[in-house]
Amino acid sequence: MTQLPGLLDTEAIRKDFPILGREVHEGKKLVYLDSAATSQTPSQVIDVLSEYYERYNANVHRGVHVLAEEATALYEGARDKVAEFINAPSRDEVIFTKNASESLNLVANMLGWADEPYRVDHETEIVITEMEHHSNIVPWQLLSQRTGAKLKWFGLTEDGRLDLSNMDEIITEKTKVVSLTLVSNLMGTVNPVEAIVRKAQDVGALVVFDASQAAPHMPLDVQALQADFVAFTGHKMCGPTGIGVLWGRQELLEDLPPFLGGGEMIETVSMSSSTYAPAPHKFEAGTPPIAQAVGLGAAVDYLNSIGMERIAEHEHALTEYAVKRLLEVPDLRIIGPTTAEDRGAAISFTLGDIHPHDVGQVLDEEGIAVRVGHHCARPVCLRYGIPATTRASFYLYSTPAEVDALVAGLEHVRNFFG
Amino acid sequence: MYQDVILDHYKHPHGRGLRDGDAEVHHVNPTCGDEITLRVRLDGATIEDVSYEGQGCSISQASASVLNELLVGKELGEAQQIQETFLELMQSKGQIEPDDAMEEVLEDAVAFAGVSKYPARVKCALLSWMAWKDATAKALSEEAKTA
Repeated sequence: MTQLPGLLDTEAIRKDFPILGREVHEGKKLVYLDSAATSQTPSQVIDVLSEYYERYNANVHRGVHVLAEEATALYEGARDKVAEFINAPSRDEVIFTKNASESLNLVANMLGWADEPYRVDHETEIVITEMEHHSNIVPWQLLSQRTGAKLKWFGLTEDGRLDLSNMDEIITEKTKVVSLTLVSNLMGTVNPVEAIVRKAQDVGALVVFDASQAAPHMPLDVQALQADFVAFTGHKMCGPTGIGVLWGRQELLEDLPPFLGGGEMIETVSMSSSTYAPAPHKFEAGTPPIAQAVGLGAAVDYLNSIGMERIAEHEHALTEYAVKRLLEVPDLRIIGPTTAEDRGAAISFTLGDIHPHDVGQVLDEEGIAVRVGHHCARPVCLRYGIPATTRASFYLYSTPAEVDALVAGLEHVRNFFG
Repeated sequence: MYQDVILDHYKHPHGRGLRDGDAEVHHVNPTCGDEITLRVRLDGATIEDVSYEGQGCSISQASASVLNELLVGKELGEAQQIQETFLELMQSKGQIEPDDAMEEVLEDAVAFAGVSKYPARVKCALLSWMAWKDATAKALSEEAKTA
């Protein structure tokens, strides 16, 4: 078996993930290379979810009975864990949502309804990038259409990096908000954000980071980033679906208006008006995803027990190996950086003229699960003149043997359609 | 799913390329980006030619080739029956095991029976057939206008 410096003890880790022992298509060992779409769930998280429903299930912040108090403590305990995980100055800055899309929509709507100095209107500009997931494009398009604000974006270089050469034209005195991903979900590019943050701060614009592909894979420190908002989702970081996070600076969360109204987000309500609870509850209308938040807390515990630095190191070693092996496959073109430098563990590629749906289908018959299509980042496909890509993505449980299986599978695909 | 017949048609497509036609349509499959431009030329009630150009997965491209082979030279009524039988097979979710009678109607197109088990791919197989139906209707309405 291939040994690479920096790898985790995947033999031990894989025992935590029952699904990885599954067989598909009558006896084919599952090779799961789709963690950028959703990660698998360790027993430690599955057990906490079951235990929650078996012992603690109740609505939060409402009853005075034992279960309600215990459920509330677990839910708020998960908030503490997430706050620590991202080095938030205060636990009250962590808002639970249902996913990263909802988190980003929430920011866009806070700014759309805000008073000065935050309000986005027809005299202002919004900045995104061409490598965003649709969840960090469409909410800003909607805000732009509704307010008349101008939407601008950074383009991409040939090798899958942000083109920052025209930064002074993109970010101007009119810019109210700059929203970009830390790591591209399609190309794996890790973005250099310091220069963008500095420029945004110079013109007084808020900075929003989509950390969906960063939080699961590397240490995330919202203070070091000097961010204003950071969004990510639970199911890509060993947690359940249905739980996302929006972190926002306290001062902003105090000043900005709520978006969804309802139970739990209020202080007092009369028939003519209401006052609102302080953040984070101001932004958590209705019964929240309680079990899912508790499950995310367990996922954070699990990731911490291994260590985010170690996970990043493992993925870097594996990505270096995967890039090298993939480039040995004839006619394979990587869309995005072709080295492991400043690169995450999602690798998109095309294989000659073979359509990605055919690549994915034949790989699936071999038990290899990859993602095919435009990966909810269609502008990237348009930029590079391709209809779609095949994407293999790795995580803490992925192994060099799985990279080898992918490469062998791609050889099979080439012979099949060649 | 990938029967040899399908791969043969994919690698060596029949009647590919755009030629003169009475009507032209352009259809796309937004989920995977398959595209086809298709023209139909009629001679009275006979299909004189179905020509096409497209890009996409092997299933969508092979299906267009099979369509060309099956329908060119047929009377419209018969072609319509073939199209309906193919549609029925593709919507069967793998439940129809083609019998001799069906094989006689569909010829090479029965090879797509396995595709019907994959909901994500059914649209790929049907792309050219829906385009043909659309183009034929357009050709007939043009004809009715000029008659």
